[in-house]
Amino acid sequence: MAVEREPRSALLEEALGPGGPIVVFDKVTLAFDEKVILNEISFTLKTGHTKVFLGASGAGKSTILRLILGLLKPDEGHIFVNGERVDNMTEDELMAVRGDLGMVFQEGALFDSLTVRENVGYKLAEQRVPYEQANARVEEVLGFVRLAEFIDRKPSELSGGQRRRVAIARAMAAKPRILLYDEPTTGLDPITAITIDEEIIKLRDLEAVSSIVVTHQLRDAFYVAEHMALREGRDGVRFERAPASKADEAEFIMLRDGRIAFEGNATDLRDVQKHDPYIEAFLS
Amino acid sequence: MVEWFKASLLELQEYLRMVGRAGRATVTRPFYYRDIIEQLDTIGVGSMTVVLLTGMFTGMVLALQSGITLDQFGARSMVGRLVSASMVKELGPVLTALMVAGRVGSGIAAELGSMVVTDQIAALRALGTDPIRKLVLPRILAGLIMVPFLTCISVAVGLLGAWVITMTQLQVASGVYWNSVVTGLYIQDVWMGLIKPFFLGFVIVSIGCHVGLRTSGGTQGVGRSTTNAVVASSVAVLVVNFLVTKALIFLMY
Repeated sequence: MAVEREPRSALLEEALGPGGPIVVFDKVTLAFDEKVILNEISFTLKTGHTKVFLGASGAGKSTILRLILGLLKPDEGHIFVNGERVDNMTEDELMAVRGDLGMVFQEGALFDSLTVRENVGYKLAEQRVPYEQANARVEEVLGFVRLAEFIDRKPSELSGGQRRRVAIARAMAAKPRILLYDEPTTGLDPITAITIDEEIIKLRDLEAVSSIVVTHQLRDAFYVAEHMALREGRDGVRFERAPASKADEAEFIMLRDGRIAFEGNATDLRDVQKHDPYIEAFLS
Repeated sequence: MVEWFKASLLELQEYLRMVGRAGRATVTRPFYYRDIIEQLDTIGVGSMTVVLLTGMFTGMVLALQSGITLDQFGARSMVGRLVSASMVKELGPVLTALMVAGRVGSGIAAELGSMVVTDQIAALRALGTDPIRKLVLPRILAGLIMVPFLTCISVAVGLLGAWVITMTQLQVASGVYWNSVVTGLYIQDVWMGLIKPFFLGFVIVSIGCHVGLRTSGGTQGVGRSTTNAVVASSVAVLVVNFLVTKALIFLMY
C-alpha cells in the first residue's frame, strides 16, 4: 500500500530521523503592504513532534502554514522543510516538496465536484498510483477516520465534522511526513472537536507524522498536547493522558503582534500565565 | 489616480504572467486531457442553445432590416449579399463571442472565484497540482477550439434564418438568395470570419480565469468577480475585434 517516495541520501534521512529538525524557520519576516504579519520568527519542529500555534485572529498563525507549503513567500529569512530550503523555490520545485506535506484547511477545502473517494484519492491519482492500490489506500484512510461508509458521497452531503475528517484523510492519504492543521476544530461542537483531536493524536503517535496545529481552541490544543494514542489489540486504539516526557514533545508557540510571545510546553504555558497578563487573558 | 494606474498595471502584469504560465504548460507535462474534454463540453456544447438562438434571430432581423433599406434602391434581391457579408465578417464572430462572454466568462469567474475563497485553489497547490495546468489551460484550449466552432454554427444558422425571412416575408426566390450570399462573399471574408473567433475565444476565457483566480473578499468578492469578468471580457471582445480586423484588413485585402 505504500506510496513510493523519491529516494534521499542516507545522511539526510538520518538527520531527519526522530528528533531531527523537519521544519525550520530562521528569522522569517513577512508584511502585507505596511502591516507586518510575522517579524523575525524562528522555531524548529522536530520529527515526530507537534507544534501548536496559538494567538488572536490575524496574528499570523495560518500564514506560517502557508509559508511552509510555499503558498506564500517570506520577505526575509529562511524556511527549511524536510531538509530543503523552500523560501526561494519556484512553483514547479515546490510541487516535489509538497509531496511530503499534508494540509488540513479551515472548513476542509474539499473539492465540491468530486466524491469523498475522489477527494481522498486525489493526490494518489496525481502521483499515478495504480487505481486498485490507490483505492485500497483510500478505503484504509477513510476507515482510519471512521468514515468508510461515506466514500461515495459528495462533500455537500457531509456534516462540518465529517468534512474535516475527510480533509484529514485526504491530507494523510499519500503518507506525508508532516501534517499541517489550520483551525481543525473551529466551529465544531465539543464532542466532534474531540474526535478531530483524536485523529491528530493517532496520526502523530501511530503513524509517526510530525504536525503543526494552528488553533485558538485552547481545550483542543491542550488535549492534543497532553494525550497519547496507543494500539489496543489488532484494530483498536486507546487514548490516555501522556506522561511528562511524551507531553514535552508537543510545544506551544503563542504569536502576538508578529512576534513569538511564548514558546514552551503545556506546563510552562500554565506557569507563565501567572506572570503574563496577555497570556492569562488569552487562556482564561 | 496614481493608485488606480498602479493597480491596473499590476492586473495586467498578473494577467500576462498567467497567460505565460499557461503557454509554458502547453508544452510540458502533466497534461489534463480529461479536464480538456470536460471543458470542451461545458464551453462548446453548453453554449450551443444560446448561440443557435442568437445566430438565427440576428440573421432574421438582418434580413428584415436590410430588405427595407434595399427596397429604396429596388435591390431587394441583394439581401443575401448584405446578410452574408455582415454575418460572416462581423456579427457572427462578435455576437457569438459576446454571448459566450456572458455565459462562459461569468461561469468561469464564478467557479474559480468560489474555489479561491473556499481555499480549494490553495488545497490544489498543497496537493501538488498546478491550478494553471489543471484549471486554466483546459479552459483556454476549449475556448480556442469551441468559439470558432460556435461562430461557424451561428453564421450558418443566421444565414438559414435570413433565408426563411427572405423567402416568406420579402418574397425573394431561394436560388436568388443563395446566389447572392455566395457572390457577396470573398475568400478573405471567410478567413476573417474564421480567424477572429480564435482571438475572441482566447480573450474571453483567459479574462474569466484571471478575474476568477484574483477573487478576494468572500462571497461578495465572487459576485464582484463575475460582474467584472463579463464587463471586462465583453469590452475586450469589442476592442480585440477592432484590432484584429484592422490587422487582417492590412494583411489580406
